[in-house]
Amino acid sequence: MSDILKYFTVKEMKKSLVMSLWFMILTFPIMVIKVNTIEDTVVWRWGNLIGIGIGAFFMSTLWRYLLERKNMQSPLSDKKTLQIRVMDWANENPKAKTTALIAVGAFMAAFPFLTSMYQTSIMTTALMYIVLGLGLNIVVGLGGLLHLGYAAFYAVGAYTYALLNYHFGLSFWICLPIGAGLATVMGILLAIPVLRLRGDYLAIVTLGFGEVIRIILENWNDFSFGPSGIANIPRPGFFGMSMKLQTATIYIYFIMIAMVIFTIFVVRRLENSRMGRAWIAMREDEIASESMGIDITKSKITTFALGAFWAGMVGVIFAAKTTFINPASFTLWESVMILCVVVIGGMGSIFGVVIGALILILLPEYLRAFSEYRMLMFGAILVIMMVFRPGGIISNIRKKYKFEPTQNSAESSKEGV
Amino acid sequence: MDLSYFFELFVGGLTRGSIYALIALGYTMVYGIIKLINFAHGEIYMIGAFTALIIASVLSFTGMNPVLIFLIASVLAIFFSAAYGVTMEKIAYTPLRGSQRLSALISAIGMSMFLQNYVLLAQTSDFLPFPELVPDFKFLKPVEHLISSTSFLILITTAIVMVLLTYLIKFTRTGKAMRATSQDAKMAQLLGINISRIITITFIIGSSTAALGGVLISTHIGQLNFYIGFIAGIKAFVAAVLGGIGSIPGAVLGSFVLGWTESFGTGYISSDYEDVFAFLFLIIILIFRPSGILGRPENKKV
Repeated sequence: MSDILKYFTVKEMKKSLVMSLWFMILTFPIMVIKVNTIEDTVVWRWGNLIGIGIGAFFMSTLWRYLLERKNMQSPLSDKKTLQIRVMDWANENPKAKTTALIAVGAFMAAFPFLTSMYQTSIMTTALMYIVLGLGLNIVVGLGGLLHLGYAAFYAVGAYTYALLNYHFGLSFWICLPIGAGLATVMGILLAIPVLRLRGDYLAIVTLGFGEVIRIILENWNDFSFGPSGIANIPRPGFFGMSMKLQTATIYIYFIMIAMVIFTIFVVRRLENSRMGRAWIAMREDEIASESMGIDITKSKITTFALGAFWAGMVGVIFAAKTTFINPASFTLWESVMILCVVVIGGMGSIFGVVIGALILILLPEYLRAFSEYRMLMFGAILVIMMVFRPGGIISNIRKKYKFEPTQNSAESSKEGV
Repeated sequence: MDLSYFFELFVGGLTRGSIYALIALGYTMVYGIIKLINFAHGEIYMIGAFTALIIASVLSFTGMNPVLIFLIASVLAIFFSAAYGVTMEKIAYTPLRGSQRLSALISAIGMSMFLQNYVLLAQTSDFLPFPELVPDFKFLKPVEHLISSTSFLILITTAIVMVLLTYLIKFTRTGKAMRATSQDAKMAQLLGINISRIITITFIIGSSTAALGGVLISTHIGQLNFYIGFIAGIKAFVAAVLGGIGSIPGAVLGSFVLGWTESFGTGYISSDYEDVFAFLFLIIILIFRPSGILGRPENKKV
């Protein structure tokens, strides 16, 4: 902390003063002048100018201090980060790890009974984003394919349930697999034309795909009821019992908890499977992996299909939770938000995505106290986060394979001698 | 087929394409040099338009000559947009140079959200009317039903900007340095090119053309709000990719193609699906030419 004091020398103060002046000029037209075009009057808000000046002075000092501190830490230093130390500790003390997991589990199980219905509802949303994030993580984190149209699959799931229920009265539990299946099919349909595209071309095509789906939902009134959406979607039933709103909220919360556990279980298995390793190889280098015998076409299609699967499933739950859907819920911002969950949390890391989803969904909710400023702060936090921790909160640590002689091999080597 | 309707759509597409081109240039130049999709570029365009609106409104109370107001407002809008562009680059992108590309993308998205909400909070969320400053050109009287004065102004300005930019990039030292940097930044640095300076210049040029686009489209449409940058930014990005991202002639060509696709699509088929035409066209083009119309195929190296 003491080294921050060296930033209060004359030279550094001068730098900060220049920055402060720069920001005062920069923000002058937008922050100071406010034109009322109806009454033709101009309001000059000089107070804002002073605020910006003082704010920029201190912020720029702090900014330079933090940047220097970040650059001082060389990436090759042996100093273990907190994250690695925690992980080592967890590996060395399996009992403590189990205890911690049980404690988290118990907390999550008791959560709806300890807090209000509103809190439970927000937590359910956060859980939904965990599953969405894990699904997108398959495409972006493991497959290395930048996908900006993920919300489209989410929409497919939600509309599947809403429409099938509206026309045929199918129940939530029947629609859950159908929604997931249809989203998977959509994923494959999207994957086939974009097989040849790379990097940013892929990003814009997936973005376009997402927007096309949304615009069709908005305009094809006979099919999707247009921008007004579909209301009165039934909540999931429990063997035909009808539930009060509060019970239903808690019920959906537990469905989501089960979903999260299921997703983590499957994604962990996928990651270590033959297919998962093929994805990671594809992410690292397409050509090299292809020459090692990995079928790139198949890998790409499976990432898209499996990524879409989770979005479809969560889509069905989303429709059942809110009981009302319209195309406005599936805009590009939704896709971007899910991408932020993956990147902020730490690409490729399951734990990271979980933390990312909890932070990104719960933070704006608790920022509601500053309701007007929350999106502003959210944007600023994204930038600051990326500048100071570009790898996300929990950056994925490369898997190291340790070869420890097992009982058998130790014996056999003895026999060999 | 009604020829005058066709011509109207043609000019409409050309006008639209010109605006896309002015924004897409910034996208494609920044992409060419630092390989970053600058998501906040649309916001720079919006800030340019907003600054022009504020300055024009203040000046119009003094009863100045409208043409003079328009010129002053445009120049100041360009100045402020360029300043925002450079500041944004220094804050959100410079510290991220050399890290994962996705991190820089998220940083750009954060910047875009920040700027949008900054204007929303500091100004207003309502649509504001843009004062009418462009006079009706007398010599356009006979073809008034086909091309309005503002469309004419947009076309002329875009043409001038294109010529100037081509000159800058092809024939000046700075342009040469820019081309070298976009080909191979490391090598360019080894040969004594100040990369940071080139990146700053790129942001200045890109932001200026975007601001010009913002001012022109606002006079053309007559109103604006804090959200215009988002849609325009996405469209311009589509245009840049369509032409082959990183290529300047590609961005211009892509913008006009996109403008016409939208204009004819809405005019002859349906106005509800304007954006669908743009995106479907993009997808079809990219299936056959995976690196855009004028983009060079990427060299694949292991």
